[in-house]
Amino acid sequence: MSERLDNQSPELFGQTPWQTVGPFFHYGLPWKGGADLVSASELGARAELFPAEHYLLHVAQARGPVKGRVIELHGRVLDAKGQPVPDAMIEIWQANAAGRFVRDEGDSFLGFGRSSTSREGEYRFRTIFPGRVQEQAPHIAVSVFGRGLIKRLVTRVYFAGEASNEGDAILALVPEARRGTLIAAKDDHGYRFDVELAGDRETVFFDL
Amino acid sequence: MARTMTRTTTTADEAPPHAPEDAGQPPSLFPPYRSTVDRSPRQPLIEIPQTLTERTGPAENLMGPARADLTTQHAGVPIGQRIVVSGRVLDEQRRPVASTVMEIWQANAAGRYIHVADQWNAPIDPNFTGAGLVVTDAEGRYQYTTIRPGAYPWGNHENAWRPAHIHLSLLGPAFATRLVTQMYFPDDPLIEIDPIAGAVPEPYRQRMVARFDIATTRASFALGYLFDVVLRGHAATPFEDRHE
Repeated sequence: MSERLDNQSPELFGQTPWQTVGPFFHYGLPWKGGADLVSASELGARAELFPAEHYLLHVAQARGPVKGRVIELHGRVLDAKGQPVPDAMIEIWQANAAGRFVRDEGDSFLGFGRSSTSREGEYRFRTIFPGRVQEQAPHIAVSVFGRGLIKRLVTRVYFAGEASNEGDAILALVPEARRGTLIAAKDDHGYRFDVELAGDRETVFFDL
Repeated sequence: MARTMTRTTTTADEAPPHAPEDAGQPPSLFPPYRSTVDRSPRQPLIEIPQTLTERTGPAENLMGPARADLTTQHAGVPIGQRIVVSGRVLDEQRRPVASTVMEIWQANAAGRYIHVADQWNAPIDPNFTGAGLVVTDAEGRYQYTTIRPGAYPWGNHENAWRPAHIHLSLLGPAFATRLVTQMYFPDDPLIEIDPIAGAVPEPYRQRMVARFDIATTRASFALGYLFDVVLRGHAATPFEDRHE
């Protein structure tokens, strides 16, 4: 019987604590194609950060037809000083065009994606515009990971110009002055959503 | 605080909400870990109810097939102490979390990562990448074989050293159950002076320390360690939030 408490101690049983992904996760987490929810590509990975023979992660394969409007969701992760964060990782989880979280008949879309950030702090997803889930406005759930983030930060992407944003129960919980940090702006590539970890225009983060 | 939302339908992929963080979870801002200072929010988090979005997650493995033996991924045998890590993934009610993906990454036996940004002058092992993946079985069990990672210095403060650790990433059944953690080794004196492990208050920090186990130690092959991972469980019965 060990005297020191550890993972197996019954009196300590409970949630395993969060720890940071650190700066060296690129050969372990963001696979080629992880950020492309529509077609087969290498979007999401940063394989240039380690020797090619050590790329052991998955390579996404072509999938079947995906229903809905294809969009690019992209932006930058910035720190409290406005500096880009090059060693962050973004994950998304969203509904399909019909507002559902499972693969539907005739629709191969499944709404999970993962993108590392570039040297300029940029992430990029190819996905589809999400359908409404129950009474909610179209949205994408976002997790932010990185060096210096002991635990993930959770936020949501909403879309500029959506009339249903007005009646969204989650957006209504956010003070009006900060609501704009959750609204992605339309641009030539799709939608732009910057994540500001701290600072004057700090992104709203949620406690689930 | 609005913890409830009006829900008019129950869909096939409906699932109950998950319990909030417990007292063992670290803060986002922990100044002894210097990088948190410019990378953590200053505004309080806004509490929201878990909608269907947060209660669901991908029901299939998108990360590819298992890679449960990190010691046989290259032509030669990696240098270092071979270990077998076994355990279960459970929720807070001790129910097994089946068919969930655990991604694994770590430094080599000398404490060096296979990454261009790791500039520590310790040898790279051409036979060791340090990336694995396992999927839990119906009882939530997993097992992988690897090399015990080494400690390494980092720039956080004068003479700073990270304790030996293995990074673990789990999705669990829902967006709300996501977890990334680090597994530490028993009797490592660096744990108590490490600002990353130290962001977790005692005694909960010890939840991240594996136990040496002779029963899973394989004769003339590898030392055994046990490590169970506990994800957020359900806050209440699935029906409670309908009594609103």
